[in-house]
Amino acid sequence: MLDVRDVRKSFGGFLAVGGVSLRVDRGQIAAIIGPNGAGKTTFFNLVTGHVRPDAGSVVLDGRDVTGLPPHDVCRLGMGRSFQRTNIFPRLTVYENVQAAFLSHRGRGRDLWSRVARLYREDTLALLDALGLLEHADETSGFLSHGAQKQLELGIALASEPALLLLDEPTAGMSATETRETIRLVEQIARERALTLLFTEHDMEVVFSIAQRITVLHQGRVIAEGTPAEVRADAEVRRVYLGERR
Amino acid sequence: MTARLARLPWGLLVVVLAFCVPAVGSRFYTFLANDIVIWALFATSLNLLVGVTGLVSFGHAAYFGIGAYTTGLLMKQLGVPFGLAFPAAGVLAGGVALVFGFFCVRLTRIYFAMLTLAFAQIVWAICFQWNEVTGGEQGMPEIPYPSFDWIAELQMPLVGGWRTAEYFYFLTLIMVALCLWVMRRIVGSPFGRMLATIRENAERAEFIGVNVRRYELAAFVLAGAFAGLAGGLFGIFNRGVFPDFAYWTKSAEVLIMTLLGGMGTFYGPAIGAMVLILLNQQIVAHTQYWPFVLGTILVILLFVFPGGLAGAVQAAARRVGRARHA
Repeated sequence: MLDVRDVRKSFGGFLAVGGVSLRVDRGQIAAIIGPNGAGKTTFFNLVTGHVRPDAGSVVLDGRDVTGLPPHDVCRLGMGRSFQRTNIFPRLTVYENVQAAFLSHRGRGRDLWSRVARLYREDTLALLDALGLLEHADETSGFLSHGAQKQLELGIALASEPALLLLDEPTAGMSATETRETIRLVEQIARERALTLLFTEHDMEVVFSIAQRITVLHQGRVIAEGTPAEVRADAEVRRVYLGERR
Repeated sequence: MTARLARLPWGLLVVVLAFCVPAVGSRFYTFLANDIVIWALFATSLNLLVGVTGLVSFGHAAYFGIGAYTTGLLMKQLGVPFGLAFPAAGVLAGGVALVFGFFCVRLTRIYFAMLTLAFAQIVWAICFQWNEVTGGEQGMPEIPYPSFDWIAELQMPLVGGWRTAEYFYFLTLIMVALCLWVMRRIVGSPFGRMLATIRENAERAEFIGVNVRRYELAAFVLAGAFAGLAGGLFGIFNRGVFPDFAYWTKSAEVLIMTLLGGMGTFYGPAIGAMVLILLNQQIVAHTQYWPFVLGTILVILLFVFPGGLAGAVQAAARRVGRARHA
């Protein structure tokens, strides 16, 4: 599904990502972990086309998408959510999600139809699944942080991606919200047969749902494998898990 | 109550009322109304960029000027009928907007705004210098009115017996109403929603698959084309086309109208155009310090009504509505 080979990126002398390779198979739930500044978000930005890698390649579904702009990568089936909430703040919750449906289904070039009722059922169904239905007509910028993160996920899902990248989907959430969100993500991934790649700081979450885990440290992969393998890895224990205990 | 008020076909009502102006008021009022209607179109076209897409243009007068020269030249020098010369203004202004916009959308924010201004000043300089075609500094006086003789021959009640200036006012009204209707549809279309996502969060828009630059360019071309149409009408109305149509002060004026009326609503800029023209006309009669008054209005506006007049009315209506619910 996703095959990233040896991508590198440095920002003026600082090596943010130094040759990272990663494979995610179709239907897999994969996670990237690593301490702050390990290069997780930069890696996401390289994969989604937000930032162009200095070297290396990104192949999505057998297609080389290295350096393509995000709007093309999105069209090819890769959706993403962001670490800090990234929504359309003065549009309503309904309009936020509907916009992603419109764009994904190629209606953006339609200058004449009335927009309000297009894909209404799909939008409402998705909002319902996310538990946002009661907020549908509210201005999204006024939602609570947790609800905005849910909406962010909704926007990503409305692009109907085959591969979904979630950058810290539970950042800033309470323990209860985190549990609910993760349950939701897992359920949606299963229902829609999504391939999922996410970063997360909550180890409990990562080890409970991820099938493969990649550990980044200072821009490099230091371990890769199943949760059990990663947990047993001496280097990981030293640089990462150890720090937390 | 407020909900029922909102459901009235306001647009249609305003058009009907505007049609009554020549019958009710003097020639001067018709003149004033004609001025307002054209500027309303110009300001609304700018709002496609400012309020809808979130792009601030400091050089929108360029397309207004290009439209005015296009229609003026075609009608005066080549004797082309209005039915062709008017759409030509939109096509040419839109075409130039495509070229300028191609470069502008590669920049963001203040750099975008400065580049629109730079291009507009180039247009102005060409109009000012190219004596053989544009008449240079002297401009191009005596643009003919479209021919309305055929209407008089119809011998129908109500439509006969007006002066040419009044016929032109009716024509302007119909054209502007059509343009506003089309723009309203565009803003309320899926395309319009994509523009709104760009205004709200261009980065996120990219990640839902919106090619931001291309959509911005499309908005730029549409805004330019409608400004060109406004210019085409204005040249005839003004009985002449002059380089200052494309000068930066015109760009500032239309931007002020848009802000005054409220860029967050569709009809705000048209209201802004009306209020500013009426104010100007009232105040100039009493004092020569119009720029001073204008400056004061702007300061008050930015601090007290950041959403413009239309924004303030909406907020008031919401407050009344809430009070009734409580």
